[in-house]
Amino acid sequence: MWGIALLVFREVLEAALIVTIVAAATRGVQARGWFIGGGIVLGVVGALLVATFAGGIADMASGMGQEVFNAGVLLAAVLMIGWHVVWMSGHARELAQHMKQVGSAVRTGASSLTMLLAVVALAVLREGSEIVLFLYGMLAGGADGLYAGLAIGISSGAALGFALYFGLLRIPVRHFFTATNWMLVLLAAGLAANAARYLAQADLLPGWQAQVWDSSWLLTDTSLPGRILHILIGYDARPSGMMLAFYLATAGLLVLGMWYSKRHLAGGHAGAAPQPARGAAAFTAPVRSTRA
Amino acid sequence: MSRPMSSLRRRLAPVLLMLAAGSAPVLAADLPEFQLAIEHHRWQPEELRVPAGVKFKLVVTNRDGTPEEFESVDLKREKIVMPGGQISVYIGPLEAGSYRFFGDFHQDTAQGRLIAE
Repeated sequence: MWGIALLVFREVLEAALIVTIVAAATRGVQARGWFIGGGIVLGVVGALLVATFAGGIADMASGMGQEVFNAGVLLAAVLMIGWHVVWMSGHARELAQHMKQVGSAVRTGASSLTMLLAVVALAVLREGSEIVLFLYGMLAGGADGLYAGLAIGISSGAALGFALYFGLLRIPVRHFFTATNWMLVLLAAGLAANAARYLAQADLLPGWQAQVWDSSWLLTDTSLPGRILHILIGYDARPSGMMLAFYLATAGLLVLGMWYSKRHLAGGHAGAAPQPARGAAAFTAPVRSTRA
Repeated sequence: MSRPMSSLRRRLAPVLLMLAAGSAPVLAADLPEFQLAIEHHRWQPEELRVPAGVKFKLVVTNRDGTPEEFESVDLKREKIVMPGGQISVYIGPLEAGSYRFFGDFHQDTAQGRLIAE
């Protein structure tokens, strides 16, 4: 049972932390719960599909289908997070102001929100498909305590996600979206580094030195803090040169994009600020801000 | 979106795609090949010797009726092997030393070491 719980916990944790960051980054957005819930449901359905066709995926790309698929999923998430943070940095100040003025009802760009729904779905899909394959094997092998292990694993992973969420809520509103934006940047950089690892495993990219440094004496990848930091900021005790290059390039590009967006979008056009959501707007699905 | 935004998107996307596609792929032919199998949730062999300093291809066969994941934190490799299936991963060039690997789905029995020398 505990072995099952531990494996499920590890996989759930990654998805849960990503969902948490997305939930924080969309704080105050209308119908956010539906988007995040929808993303999780889509991800679970996707996980079942990926697990069902795992054999077929593995055989694609001359036997390197798993790596290409995983790297593709990771890089797609990186692009979507990137799109969102660049958009957000042009709007963070208004959103924070509106949260103060009209409480929780804030509208955000629908396309930006859809991106984050996809990020949630992809995170759940990637980790979920592994859980499905694992449980399938356990079911076939007749393991004891399967459901108890599954329940413990999922609930403890989710609990850590909630703990992080309520911790993030303590950040003052004024700095809140700046903080979540930076968290998204580091998350995206870490995901990109992971994609580089898969591509090196498939020999589609050179490794550029297998190990640039070794900080496992300080914090191992397998410890709980190591795992959490791996997901949140892409910590790796022994990164390869290519992983480092992907990490830095992603973080650099996003910071550049955020800076550009802030300079050219924020406070540029007077009178184009989005209307605070009130009355009828509360009944509509999230719409693009008027500036978009 | 307003104009500067979409032009930024146009500029960012190809760069990220280029990063994804990466530099020229390394030709994988003619690399030394090593075999590993999992049977009754144990690795065969549990200790695999490989040359240090060269890239090689590791072929992993699953002789069990359940899925397994070949995983190594030390080597940064993880790949699912379907029942009765076979996968290959590229590893190295490694520095001389011992690298732990395991079957993620059966960690109590599926433990092994790769010795690069």
